[in-house]
Amino acid sequence: MRVVLRNPKREIDVPAPRNVSHLLRDLEIVPEAVLVIRNDTLATHDERLSDDDVVEIRPVTSGGAA
Amino acid sequence: MKCGRCRAPAVIEVRRHNAGYCRECFVRHCGEQVRRAIDHFDMLGPGERVLVAVSGGKDSLGLWQILRELGYDADGLYLGLGIGEYSDESGRYVRAFAAERGWKLLEIDLAAEYGFDVEGGSRSAKRAPCSACGLSKRHIFNDAAIRHGYDVLATGHNLDDEAAVLLGNVLRWETEFLGRQHPVLPAAPGFARKVKPLIRLSERELAAYCVLTNIDYIVEECPMAGGNRHLGYKHTLNEIEERSPGTKAAFVFGFLERAHERFAAEVAEARDELRPCAECGAPTPGDVCAFCRMRARAVGEPIGVRSIS
Ligand code: SF4
Ligand SMILES: [Zn+2]
Ligand SMILES: [Zn+2]
Repeated sequence: MRVVLRNPKREIDVPAPRNVSHLLRDLEIVPEAVLVIRNDTLATHDERLSDDDVVEIRPVTSGGAA
Repeated sequence: MKCGRCRAPAVIEVRRHNAGYCRECFVRHCGEQVRRAIDHFDMLGPGERVLVAVSGGKDSLGLWQILRELGYDADGLYLGLGIGEYSDESGRYVRAFAAERGWKLLEIDLAAEYGFDVEGGSRSAKRAPCSACGLSKRHIFNDAAIRHGYDVLATGHNLDDEAAVLLGNVLRWETEFLGRQHPVLPAAPGFARKVKPLIRLSERELAAYCVLTNIDYIVEECPMAGGNRHLGYKHTLNEIEERSPGTKAAFVFGFLERAHERFAAEVAEARDELRPCAECGAPTPGDVCAFCRMRARAVGEPIGVRSIS
């Protein structure tokens, strides 16, 4: 499956894990810090994934001390 | 996963509330959280004019839309910071957002209006870029709110922002900053009231709100943010939150309910000693305020010559 990462924008191909929560765990991404977007809408952590899926993992943390 | 409210398929889970939401219920949830924050902290009165500081990011655009949907008379204020491509891009997002909805947007350009940008201010004042930027924003937002006759200035600080700032202040026992850390700063001579209506929503909820209501916001980070201390605190807090959901909210609201008042006296004292800045009239503990000193250094003027009449 294809995973789109942001900041900077890049794409990686990985074998589809069982579901969204496994994908985040495999990539060592803290779920609280991202949204997972598939087909223009959000995917919950229990949603199943398959090899022809394209998902975006979008960070939600913004910087700036002010 | 199903929506905990209506049993439709969920699109997002919020572990802090131990709940899944469908799109409609989630959008309603966001409005309710803002409503609760506004009511609980007495942020806005009926009929008041609100100026929302918007950056093009998810928080401020989400805030503007939620306030409008709750029926507030809210206009936007965009400050062009002159941070290269990032600022050009964020300005485009803000203008498109306002134009699509036909909402009123005020714009101020730091370089055009004051003769320097964030990098110049940072260099000449020997402050970190985010510190020069924050000083400029605080000064200019306040000034614009007063000058244009708004009752209150609203900013998009969310639960994660407040938790990260609180952690930083506690780690260094910045008692004066702790006294000032509150979702409502009342108006005082020279100061507009300032409110943070998103304090009950996390950044993840704001980003989800924008995706689900088709708000097009700038996802790219400001290039100055990389590796700053604030971001580090957010990561740490998210790791703790992961192991024990609800910690961020307990940290911030516990502080506000049980500790904030203990630090408030120091702030009241500091406020009593303020007098008008010789250049711009904003309240300051010295002769010339920190913003005017930074501006003078950045444009190569001696400090304190540009006096108000
Ligand atoms: S990251 Fe720092 S420099 Fe960039 S907009 Fe935020 S406060 Fe300003
Ligand atoms: Zn629902
Ligand atoms: Zn001044």
